[in-house]
Amino acid sequence: MSPLFLLCNGAFMEQLQQIQEQALNQFALISDEAELEQVKAKYLGKEGALTALLKGLGKLSNEERPAAGARINQVKQVIEAALQQRRDTLAQAKLDAKLAAESLDVTLPGRGIGCGGLHPVTRTLARIEQLFHSLGFAVSSGPEIEHDFYNFTALNIPENHPARAMHDTFYIDPEHVLRTHTSPVQVRYMEENQPPLKIISPGRVYRVDSDATHSPMFHQVEGLWVDEHVSFANLKGVVQDFLQRFFEQDDLQVRFRPSFFPFTEPSAEMDMSWRGGWLEIGGCGMVHPNVLKHVNIDSEKYLGFAFGLGVERLAMLRYGVNDLRQFYESDLRFLKQFN
Amino acid sequence: MKFSENWLRSWVNPKLTSEELGHLLTMVGLEVEEREAVAPAFNNVVVAQVLSVEKHPDADRLNVCQVNVGEAEPLTIVCGASNVAVGLKVPCARIGAVLPGEFKIKQAKVRGVSSSGMLCSAVELGLATESDGLWVLPADAPVGQLMREYLDLDDQLFTLKLTPNRSDCSGMKGIAREVAALTGSELSPVAIAAQAVALSDQLVVTVEDKTSCPLYCGRLVRGVNAAAVTPVWMQRRLERSGLRCINAVVDITNYVMMELGQPMHAFDAATLSGGITVRRAIKDEALMLLNDQAVVLDENVLVIADDARVLALAGIMGGAGSGVETTTQDVFLEAAFFHPDAIAGRARRFGLATDSSFRFERGVDFAATREALERATQLLLEICGGSVAEITEVRGELPARAAIVLRTSRVARVLGISFECSQIAQLLTRLQFEFVMSGDSFSVTPPSFRFDLSIESDLIEEVARLHGYDAIPALAPHAALTMLPDSELQRPLSRIQQVLVARDYQEIVSYAFVEAQTESELCGNDHPVALQNPIASNMSVMRSSLIGGLVGALRFNLNRRQSRVRLFEVGACFAKSDGQYVQTQRLSGIACGACQPEQWGAAAKAVDFYDVKADIEALFAPLTLRFAAALHPALHPGRSAQIFAGENLVGWIGELHPKWQREMTQAAVWFEVELNALMQSRVPRMSEISKFLPVRRDLAVLVDESVSAQTLTDAMLAAKADYVQEVVLFDVYRGPGVDAGKKSLAFRVSLQDTQKTLTDAEIEPGMALLVDALNKQGAQLRM
Repeated sequence: MSPLFLLCNGAFMEQLQQIQEQALNQFALISDEAELEQVKAKYLGKEGALTALLKGLGKLSNEERPAAGARINQVKQVIEAALQQRRDTLAQAKLDAKLAAESLDVTLPGRGIGCGGLHPVTRTLARIEQLFHSLGFAVSSGPEIEHDFYNFTALNIPENHPARAMHDTFYIDPEHVLRTHTSPVQVRYMEENQPPLKIISPGRVYRVDSDATHSPMFHQVEGLWVDEHVSFANLKGVVQDFLQRFFEQDDLQVRFRPSFFPFTEPSAEMDMSWRGGWLEIGGCGMVHPNVLKHVNIDSEKYLGFAFGLGVERLAMLRYGVNDLRQFYESDLRFLKQFN
Repeated sequence: MKFSENWLRSWVNPKLTSEELGHLLTMVGLEVEEREAVAPAFNNVVVAQVLSVEKHPDADRLNVCQVNVGEAEPLTIVCGASNVAVGLKVPCARIGAVLPGEFKIKQAKVRGVSSSGMLCSAVELGLATESDGLWVLPADAPVGQLMREYLDLDDQLFTLKLTPNRSDCSGMKGIAREVAALTGSELSPVAIAAQAVALSDQLVVTVEDKTSCPLYCGRLVRGVNAAAVTPVWMQRRLERSGLRCINAVVDITNYVMMELGQPMHAFDAATLSGGITVRRAIKDEALMLLNDQAVVLDENVLVIADDARVLALAGIMGGAGSGVETTTQDVFLEAAFFHPDAIAGRARRFGLATDSSFRFERGVDFAATREALERATQLLLEICGGSVAEITEVRGELPARAAIVLRTSRVARVLGISFECSQIAQLLTRLQFEFVMSGDSFSVTPPSFRFDLSIESDLIEEVARLHGYDAIPALAPHAALTMLPDSELQRPLSRIQQVLVARDYQEIVSYAFVEAQTESELCGNDHPVALQNPIASNMSVMRSSLIGGLVGALRFNLNRRQSRVRLFEVGACFAKSDGQYVQTQRLSGIACGACQPEQWGAAAKAVDFYDVKADIEALFAPLTLRFAAALHPALHPGRSAQIFAGENLVGWIGELHPKWQREMTQAAVWFEVELNALMQSRVPRMSEISKFLPVRRDLAVLVDESVSAQTLTDAMLAAKADYVQEVVLFDVYRGPGVDAGKKSLAFRVSLQDTQKTLTDAEIEPGMALLVDALNKQGAQLRM
């Protein structure tokens, strides 16, 4: 009997079993990747225990060889699997340690440039423009030093008309004023364009007046719609729609009451419901035929409506500002609240 | 226009509460600006007379009074007021009375003496803010009468914000007419009777300018007692209309004005010489007005004169020395119609705004002028006595009342609701408008008291007003849907603003008017566009740059312990050039303090020129800007530059000159650019991307400090070396290895071809050209 044959018996099997257990136990104790590779050589390397057994296979008879070989390969696979598992475990542990060491205090403040903001009036104007844009209104602008003709005469306010006194006008010279409203833009636009027309004209306007509710400079948005079939009922519809959308309040009540503006007839003042009362929010009316005549628009064919809204007033209501002057003080503590 | 509700209700008395009446007026276009009670709520306070006063047995400062309140038995009342005295008539709050502030009067014992009420001061009744004791009433006050009745205190004061078109409502008669039209309540006008003529003398009245004064009525009343006391009812109505009582005659003219809306004037006939002439003033004619203001007149002003002098500014104010005094015996009363065109603007010219000019400017009912004169005469005779002469009336051409066509179809089209002809007819009738109806049209003649009705639209407003604006529905308009043009060649302002917001700038809005000194010092502008009537000296000229507002806002915030301030503004700047006003929209910003908000990760660095330069470059991207050193009065001479986009000067950048920094501990960097230049954009066109990798070569050179980086970059680009795509400066070095007065600049050159990967042999000739170009600028290649 050859010794190898003997090996195939119980003792051989036991030896294989021992090698397997020894390898697995040893792997489990190693926590260093390099050491693991060294130990691997003891079993699977050229001089390794399993390698030696495999080399001996050739001496076995043809009958014995397959069973012995299969058995050795089986053990080899178990050891290789254990080795790989141990490698993975160690790699994972290493990565975990690295990640643990790299962890940040995520609550430290972010670094870099901050973010500024727009003035509340700009913010309000943008909202107004956006809402009217959705109805197809274009934006038009005009000069702030305005010719007397556009600010008054073309708007049916002849010289000496009492309405001129209502306006508390800043004069630059006898013929030029700081525009007291954005209505002159209407006239300038109608001179250049043919109906149908649909514009808003936002901008700075000036009046000789200064207290908590009046500023010598403030902003207005003027709206104008000239077409064959626009009516006072439509004017009410558009203004009410705007105010309800602007304040995001579907049940906002809007009231129109007769008033007087030389450039509209009929004229109205617009009030909106606010904290149980009414608050004046602007003026409006059907464009006066004389204004249309000045710009050669046939007032029999075309009708128009116009409205004017105070931008600061809208901003004050929307954002709870109670003193108009704060808008112009440029106090960062005030301005940053609207970012 | 302020008036007493009770007075109005004596004309027309609809079944409405005060609040409802106020709402009605507001909704018809006569806005009630203010409505307040004449007196606060209190009750059970009567007129009482003090019968006896005795010292309180146990209190030095108190008196025990017997008081007659109009009943059989007097009341015993303890009173602490020092002015209490026997015989005085004073208000007495009886047991059960409630005074303002929910103060209840009860039977009480005051230091052992029983007191059955309280004698009151005006303060205790809420009718004054201070007083020196009991309110002493006139001797004829009726004992026992409720104070509220005696003083007619259950009344409200209405203040109307009259629009310029509604002068017809500047008298009780007009407001009553309007209320009657609205409510259908019956109108009870005052009865005005022509007074019996007792005198035969008349003043000769000559109206030279009958266009300006188409109707003049005047009459003499002789033997009046101008010292007569104005009756309490009249005083009360005048005071509640906000008018001061002066003397009986003047009060009567004012009263008629408030009642009928017709301004009047009374002359002391003894001061007149010869007849009355209504004429244009002669240039440089002078007049001393009733308010002691001296005015110099010209042909543009209408005056009332006698044969010797100018007596009054017609329709505006009387002159001194011809008015009625308490000693006056003979009066010449004037009621006239001055055309609005002859009065408008004249009062304002002299800094005046009178009740009279207010009415004449807007239009006075010329059909009621004579009636007003009769009414004044009537009151004058009742109150002051006297004998009346015949009215002298001079008439010219009164304003024509041309009929206006009103089409029912047009009413419907303008208002957006349908109307029946009969509805319109009914509304016109209620308004007392004369009209003729034919088919669906009306021919309407406006009444003499309405100066605001001349075209169809005016009548449409009347119809809408009376129908009620509330009754017109709010309807969404119908229109053809077309898109708005949206040019990609223009960047919207909002996008530009967002660039700065994202770079940590806060937008401000500052006044467009600044101090003249700011313009001259910060902008070197000694000829700013000035306001003729500035609101304050620090707001007297229009800004030519946004710098003033930004520097002011920066200071404001630094003074409030803000250490890091970054602001911008968009707005118009103003200049005058060749007689034209030039108004340019600009965007301007200022930054001061740390570059980044306070943080923990890197050393803090103050913002400098180059930080702000990067902000401007980001604003204009993808456009490449050029910066050229230049001097600006507000800026540090070595740290300021003009900004060019191509050939065009589009703005300025620089560090604020140290002399303007004062309280600032860190430098502030300011910039201003033309908005137009910023808004220009382009439609991008794609160009082929090279498949071949770029090659990078670095060039470091030594050069004199005085040579700008731009000079070298320009020189390299001008060399037009093959394959060079881009030259970027990436390092500036001064220090060891570089001599003083020199600097080392390092440029990165990118080269690329679209057809092949470049070889060294292909690159070298181009690089040699660049080095040559650098050498020509005095730059030496560093090895």
